[in-house]
Amino acid sequence: MEILVCIRRVPDTSENEITLNADRTDIEREELVYSINEPDNYAVEEALQIVARCGGNVTVVTVGGEDDEEVLRREMAMGANHGVLLSDDVFGGSDGRGLATILKTFVRKGNYDLILTGVQAEDGGAQVGGMLAAMLDYPFASLVNSIEVGQGKKLKISREIEGGNKEISEIDLPCVLSIQTGINEPRYVGMRGIRAVASVPVPIYGAADLALDPGSVGATAARVKRVDYFLPTLGGGAEMLTGSREENAERVLELVAAKGGLK
Amino acid sequence: MLEGSQSHAQLTAWLEQGRVLFLLIHLLGVAGFAYIVARRLIPLFRAERDLRFDQPLARLHKALKFWLGQWKHPRYPTAGTLHILFFAGFILLAMRAFTVLIVGVSPAFVMPGLSGEAGRVYEVITDYAATVVFFCMVIAIVRRLVFKPARYEVPAKFGKAHKADAVFLLALIAILMVADSLFEAAKAAGQAQAGQPVAFAAVLSLPWLLTIALTSTSLPTIGGFYFAGYLLHEVTFYFLLCYRPFGIQFHVETSLFNVYFGRLNKGTLKPVKWGVRDEQLDQVKSFGVKTFEDFTWKHMLDFYSCADCGRCSDNCPANAVGRPLSPRFLTIKARDYAFQHYPMFGKPGNGQALIGSIYSEDEIWSCTTCGACEEECPLLVEYIDKIVDLRRGMVDDGNVPQSLQKPLKALESRGNPYGKMEKKKADWANGKEFQQVCRVKTLDHKNGADTLYFVDSITAYDDRMQSIGRATAKILDHLGENFGILGAAEKDSGHEVRRFGEETLFMALRDHNTEAIQASGVTRIVTADPHAYNALKHDYRDMPPVEHISQVLAREVKSGKLKFNPVENDGKVYTYHDPCYLGRHNQIYDDPRAVLDSIPGLKRVEMKRSRDRSFCCGGGGLMLFYEPKEEQRIGVKRVQMAADAGANVIVTACPFCMVNIEDAIKVAGLEGKMTAIDLAELADQQIALLALKADGVPEIQQECVTRR
Repeated sequence: MEILVCIRRVPDTSENEITLNADRTDIEREELVYSINEPDNYAVEEALQIVARCGGNVTVVTVGGEDDEEVLRREMAMGANHGVLLSDDVFGGSDGRGLATILKTFVRKGNYDLILTGVQAEDGGAQVGGMLAAMLDYPFASLVNSIEVGQGKKLKISREIEGGNKEISEIDLPCVLSIQTGINEPRYVGMRGIRAVASVPVPIYGAADLALDPGSVGATAARVKRVDYFLPTLGGGAEMLTGSREENAERVLELVAAKGGLK
Repeated sequence: MLEGSQSHAQLTAWLEQGRVLFLLIHLLGVAGFAYIVARRLIPLFRAERDLRFDQPLARLHKALKFWLGQWKHPRYPTAGTLHILFFAGFILLAMRAFTVLIVGVSPAFVMPGLSGEAGRVYEVITDYAATVVFFCMVIAIVRRLVFKPARYEVPAKFGKAHKADAVFLLALIAILMVADSLFEAAKAAGQAQAGQPVAFAAVLSLPWLLTIALTSTSLPTIGGFYFAGYLLHEVTFYFLLCYRPFGIQFHVETSLFNVYFGRLNKGTLKPVKWGVRDEQLDQVKSFGVKTFEDFTWKHMLDFYSCADCGRCSDNCPANAVGRPLSPRFLTIKARDYAFQHYPMFGKPGNGQALIGSIYSEDEIWSCTTCGACEEECPLLVEYIDKIVDLRRGMVDDGNVPQSLQKPLKALESRGNPYGKMEKKKADWANGKEFQQVCRVKTLDHKNGADTLYFVDSITAYDDRMQSIGRATAKILDHLGENFGILGAAEKDSGHEVRRFGEETLFMALRDHNTEAIQASGVTRIVTADPHAYNALKHDYRDMPPVEHISQVLAREVKSGKLKFNPVENDGKVYTYHDPCYLGRHNQIYDDPRAVLDSIPGLKRVEMKRSRDRSFCCGGGGLMLFYEPKEEQRIGVKRVQMAADAGANVIVTACPFCMVNIEDAIKVAGLEGKMTAIDLAELADQQIALLALKADGVPEIQQECVTRR
């Protein structure tokens, strides 16, 4: 099975303190460290596991600049066979639809049976997967937390619904799935693995390579525009309990009961 | 007289007649043993390299101390005494055993140097030696069968009990001693019956008793016993020789080599591959131990040498709280694997992955690398290097628990496991209040210093541990040291990164810090974190001298430069918990105690498990992120030991110990009854400024006097 995983490099939320820049047009990016968008990492792991069971190849692709090659290398170190960087000045400022358009033209160039994305980018809005499927006219399922390769050109997939129950669906290939974290346990990639793939070429495709109309992507084509960032105003503060452990426990019980939390 | 020599000839006639038979048994026995050992050596030749042929004098010293001197044995008084006794017996009997074997082929043989009086003395010695060995075996068998020490038990998950085999082997040695004594006694009894003078000095020995029993029997019967004694001795000897390589007694043959080739430097780790330089590591296809053949030959020799005595697991903190790790079975399982895959006949098989077959992932991640197992092993079997090598293999395969991937990733991108910003590394020293008492400079091209205080991640970033950093800085300041910190330029020492098998990441951290330290131009390093201390001392190269703050304190106490205020006598009883990487791995036991004992009025007790038998707090560094399956926290056990010793203040000298012990105090429900404090914090708290007054009496002493 030929699997394409669309990945993205995002500021690592667990290793950064996010602040706004002076004119509130963006977050302060000076000292940020970046990593692969976590759900995307699960998507790549899932692709690798499918390929390990059924054979095939895994390709990882991202839209961005030269800095973004880092996450392609990381996923190649995990085991992805190919990495492709879609990069062009005209891509800058694309909204979700723009990104889906760029990815669509790349998908059309290849012959992929299955396209995976993470459930959402940590700095995004979970838009690209669905739009990409629609543009390709492929079936789409979101929040997938297990994949079983069935007979013929079908997959059995599931997503979690209320109360921890699973909903099982069948979907025809080729399709686009957005992958939920927790679907697997991604393998570890260290510097050694990344170094081992350092010399593997990563092709870069621009708008011309993809035969893409520059007017359909980028800031000018974006129909969703970011207008402001703000930090939530500080609330009144919490009530601090200062008694002994036993007193506090009793007080908590009272409070919870008073708010209707206990019946 | 003539009659006498005739009967003596009768008595020894069988020696002449049986010569061919005995020779045959000799040849069979020796050939069998040689074949078995050759087969056992096959995996060692397929193993990884291990450079253990250096420093012959240091190694000889090791052999004399730990092998001939049986240095570790008294740590377990009963078993240890028994072992020392029968080991001494074997050494004394070795020459006699050879003589007896040769006599079968050449009846008149006498070991050179043992004719006449010397021979008689040696005979007396060996008579007693055989007796002692015999009774030791009897006691050992009774211990195994009746008293059943808990550490010999084999938990069901690790297979069948080893008792039958152990008892069988002990019994064989007892039989060997009886056979030897019978042979000796029959000869003496025969001589006595023939009217020859018998000089039998070894009163109350086993041969002596047997001689008395035999003197009243007829000469032919004595002859029969003589022959039987010899044959039994020979057969048992060779049976033992050829049977030992199949089980726990192979150490009789391997121990000398295992001890001689033992690890020389504590606190160190083996390189990824011996003889491969760091720069060449990128070319190494696979890291660590994945299959049995990835172990080094010395580590395989360890597997063969284990005597199954259970001392390692008896002291292992992970084993004590029910984590899925028992060092004893780490070895036994590998030995069983070797025996199964390298059989006596047929082709050896290889290449099977060890993780998932004989070892589980959790088992290998469970080790805190505290070193208690290695400290205890009388045969100097190594564990930490094997655990780290197995981890290197898992890391190389991407097989790392999710809970550890986050901190490792953060270490890669931010240089600390918490993912905190580099620029906040010196925040602990930048509080307004603290800066009024003590200013800590960050070293750069403008600000130099003699001494670097290497803080390391936990002390720099953890709210609670920052207090240890401030105490350390205040102590250095008080001592008038010209010191500074690296601040944002300091990354994690990488000590645990390395011990968790991430060698490449460790090397990146080490190289970064090495460059920063060398650029700072300092001539010495002080740290309050034993893990950083061990890393800088043993894992880094070309470092200025490194000291732990407890060493600095002890030296200045001794020099008289440092004096402490008396502690308030409010019923506090202190106990010192030895951090593994200060104690066992670096033998700093006395300095922290000397500091404590120099604090006037401080009442200190020792826990049962202290110094080199200290019980790990639960592990530091990345171990804090790992969630092992366990019945109880290791730290809780440790806190209970302190309570059992009658202490209510646990003093330690490591930030990781502090995390674990403070948590454990809460978990054990001892909050309010037990507290923990770092040695640096305590010292800082008790430091008395020696502002000498005009009359030379230290101000502080006067204060104390007035207060009283």
